[in-house]
Amino acid sequence: MELNHQADVVFAGDAAGEVLRLDSPISFWGGVDPVSAKIVLGGHPQHGLLINGKMLVIPQLIGSSSSSAILLELLYRGIAPKALILGNGDAILPIGVLIASQMDWETCPVVKLMDPPFKTGDRINISHDGLIQSY
Amino acid sequence: MGNIWSLTRYSKLKFQMLQLTPDERALMNGETGSSGDRMAMQIVTRAAEMLGADRLVAITSSHIDGCLYHGDSGVLFCEKLVQGGGRVKVPSTTNVGALNLSKPDQIRVDLDRRNMAWRLMKAHEDLGCQPTWTCAPYQAGARPAVGAQVAWGESNAVAFVNTVLGARTNRYGDFLDIACAITARAPYYGLHKPENRVAELLVDVRALSEELKHEDAFYPVLGAFIGRTAGETIPVVEGLPQTMSEDQLKALCAGAAATGAAALIHIAGVTPEAPDLTTALGNNVAAETITLTTDMVLETRHSLSISQSGAIDCVALGSPHFSFEECKKLLDLSRGRKFKVPVYVCLGRHTMQQLTEAGIGKELADIGVEFVIDTCVVVTPILPEGGGVMMTNSAKFAHYALGNIGYEPVFGALSDCVRSATEGRAIWDEAIWN
Repeated sequence: MELNHQADVVFAGDAAGEVLRLDSPISFWGGVDPVSAKIVLGGHPQHGLLINGKMLVIPQLIGSSSSSAILLELLYRGIAPKALILGNGDAILPIGVLIASQMDWETCPVVKLMDPPFKTGDRINISHDGLIQSY
Repeated sequence: MGNIWSLTRYSKLKFQMLQLTPDERALMNGETGSSGDRMAMQIVTRAAEMLGADRLVAITSSHIDGCLYHGDSGVLFCEKLVQGGGRVKVPSTTNVGALNLSKPDQIRVDLDRRNMAWRLMKAHEDLGCQPTWTCAPYQAGARPAVGAQVAWGESNAVAFVNTVLGARTNRYGDFLDIACAITARAPYYGLHKPENRVAELLVDVRALSEELKHEDAFYPVLGAFIGRTAGETIPVVEGLPQTMSEDQLKALCAGAAATGAAALIHIAGVTPEAPDLTTALGNNVAAETITLTTDMVLETRHSLSISQSGAIDCVALGSPHFSFEECKKLLDLSRGRKFKVPVYVCLGRHTMQQLTEAGIGKELADIGVEFVIDTCVVVTPILPEGGGVMMTNSAKFAHYALGNIGYEPVFGALSDCVRSATEGRAIWDEAIWN
């Protein structure tokens, strides 16, 4: 993949690393353990994988509004993804990042890109203005 | 405990400039109000930008879903609001917490977690919330007027307040709910705007028998059908009797909200904005029509049970929280019986007080009912560890039992639940459904 992608900035920041793409929709509440950062949703194809330190690509998000609380807890514990690349304009997760910034805890960039093409294992870089480059 | 709060439908105008009033801007910039107020205002305005709102709207009440403990971070956030002098500016009720404050030992968690869960509940009281600790605040006197702009969390309460009371809210969730209550403002988008409240999907139940439509157990099933079918489309239901009880409407709203994204279900002749079908549809033809048959109802009922027969380990009632009327019905059905398995009744402290005053609380306890106050059995560890089979008359309990606490649900009418608790195994009265 050589193209650069311009995403909408929901929460600005810089991050680079390895992509983990969620193969099936998930609600963070009930789907991600806030203590271990593991995917714990029964039957999920990526059950047991860790999301911390990943450039997490979420083509479709479902589920509870309490997901913002789970993301906040991950940020507070320092085990959050490095960045969130959302496929739709959902505000639940961004609100978790917003609260972390109010608390002066570490945050992660959140961008929105329709049909994000990145696959698990790709290495990408997100810049402050929402430009995503693979490397 | 909300469900989907996806905003794709409403995000067409995103990143449009947010306009604030002089008062809002003064609060945002710290010229007026406490530091806690400013923090709340910054959260509301930033969320409004993310949601694509072009202004805020004044609200008259809030129901706060953020008081259920998910981790220490949420506690520290609320305590920072308290320390900064943040206080709610509109009447604000609290949803369930993670503890039964009148019986802390009922919850199986270690002392550290219990203490943090308590601190979170305490912080909400310090912020000026009314300590109702119920998912059915509309049973505790919180009943906004028709057309009132409010910011409510908890999916069933959101659906009820939009559908039955005709107030206007989106599905608010953790952190944004309390920030709205402190600023008395919400982002003006989604269901706050009248043009977004028009039904597009017609659910026609006229073909179903009137007898079925008088059964309480029909309503959670209808709700689950609507939740799973409607997605984010606003439905209108045609053909329900005008005699529906508030508990039936509550069960319908909760079933739809738990299994899907429903936040407003027009019920023709009942919902204030839907005196008739045509009005609910905004004088348009329905984009889609579903005609419900008895078979579709039976199939949905069946799908609410994972375990279909055999022994049960408990009965759980009260999601949403049981009302005084429902407790009376339970007592009428249970007199002279002895339960073989625990029967948990989840309810608000205000209802418990009414029961105590009426002498009903003691009668139910004597039969073997275990009351769960201020919280409920699917949001915090109360049932014995290791899982089992839970019978319930609630579509919402049926939806969450396995994922949240590892219990396989069996769905039945309240009368089925009582008979099953007496026998220790699942029993159904099929006559209700035929």
